[in-house]
Amino acid sequence: MTNHFEAIIVGAGPAGCSCGYTLAKAGLKTLIVERGKFPGAKNMWGGAYYGPSLNQLFPRFWEEAPVERQLHRHKFSVLTADSSLSTEFETKTFGEPPYHGFSLLRSKFDRWLASKAEEAGAIVASELQADDLLWDRNRVSGIRAGGDELPADIVVACDGVNSLLAEKAGLRKKLSPRDLKLGVKEVIQFPHETIEQRFGLTEELGLAWEFIGTFTRGLPGGAFLYTNKDSLSLGVVVQLSALAENRVKADDLFEEFKHHPALERYLDGGQLVEYSSHLIPTAGRTMMPRLYSDGLLVAGDAAAFCLVTGLILDGANLALASGVAAAETIIQAKNKGDFSQKTLSVYEENLKKKAIMEDLNTFKSAPHFLENLRLYRQYPELVCDLAKNVLAGGGQPRKKTWTLFRQSMKGKISLGQIIRDLIQMKRSL
Amino acid sequence: MKQKNIEEKLAVNKYDLDEEVHIRIKEETCQGCDPKPCVVVCPADCFKLKDDRLTFAYEGCLECGSCRIICPEEAVDWALPRGGFGICYQYG
Repeated sequence: MTNHFEAIIVGAGPAGCSCGYTLAKAGLKTLIVERGKFPGAKNMWGGAYYGPSLNQLFPRFWEEAPVERQLHRHKFSVLTADSSLSTEFETKTFGEPPYHGFSLLRSKFDRWLASKAEEAGAIVASELQADDLLWDRNRVSGIRAGGDELPADIVVACDGVNSLLAEKAGLRKKLSPRDLKLGVKEVIQFPHETIEQRFGLTEELGLAWEFIGTFTRGLPGGAFLYTNKDSLSLGVVVQLSALAENRVKADDLFEEFKHHPALERYLDGGQLVEYSSHLIPTAGRTMMPRLYSDGLLVAGDAAAFCLVTGLILDGANLALASGVAAAETIIQAKNKGDFSQKTLSVYEENLKKKAIMEDLNTFKSAPHFLENLRLYRQYPELVCDLAKNVLAGGGQPRKKTWTLFRQSMKGKISLGQIIRDLIQMKRSL
Repeated sequence: MKQKNIEEKLAVNKYDLDEEVHIRIKEETCQGCDPKPCVVVCPADCFKLKDDRLTFAYEGCLECGSCRIICPEEAVDWALPRGGFGICYQYG
């Protein structure tokens, strides 16, 4: 049987490529199928990568990977209709190897990642859609793709947030809109000098800028801006169920956000080159599917591995790490010559070693906390109002900050409520 | 920046359109649905209401999956375009 693979991976994103790379390097006959024209063609994200996984896989990856800019500066802004209050953080070590983070564009980056798997010996078949799983009684025994049957000892579903394979295998039910955020994003092109001038950057350095505020009209969500070499990745992320229940279009919020006075001047003269959209699994542990069954493993977004901490939304780093954990599991299973559930259950141990489960456990109640609607209306209004009153000198006698604070709270929120929210925050974040 | 509507935004994207339609709406099931949340959540405006009837155009689809998940009646028969077809992100 010439077309028998030891492992078939569905999806050439971060999870699929890191899994395929690790397996091929260990000498396993590995096939990665990708439905896009090329790896990355179907993939989008905010655009910032942080975390250790990539450097662990490919030491000093930034020397050869198509990275955009080093993200050595973080900015976080709270917006109301006409005001913004920001904090910014940078530290010297963020700008030194192995660097804190990078802005990346998936279309280029995933292609590079897949090429690494190919170099290691995996076969990457693009333009090939995995239509279904093959079954040998209760055991997954391969995939059906493009009219062909492709048998394998094991299949790894790295087919993204919508993972139809995980559903078909009965590892999870249909996703709930409450557990998902819809991201819409624009890539806006500028000459690189314009980006450097406007954001105060040098050629290599970039800015990661995140926003929360009334532009989501009180719905759970936020926005982001990442500087690429000669473009900006700009987007809004909002809970899917909240959009439907409130009959709000994500793109309307996006336009409102883009025309905010604190942001508009940065976007002047730019040219839209892409409009994209994606769902993000943001409910943490509660939405995780079963991670394995006989002959099948699930990794990356398909397994809802996405860490939500309030300040961080980390999917790609977990995807890369889970792909490696899946590969390690498969190598162990191969050595035993057994791909049953029982053997594959070491996947959980392997995930634990990479801190994935621990991180998801630590922040398991963060998604619930972030559904607190006051975060998206009352609190932004409160802090911006306070900042305005503290800074403004209108010829009236000045008041102490606490007096101004109580004044800003009026009609918005009670002191008791603030304390209750702080206690909740302490527990969740 | 001049404000663009969704149709104008989609026009800058690269697609390789399949003649085969990948998403189908079960019309009878759909008719009974009042809120029709697909019209609101679809980021590519693929679903539109015309005289209370839902029309669907797959051409601009970004393959995000929102319509399938939001549909309360399971009236969206959602599949992905055949391999190689559909949206082809150049940036991502």
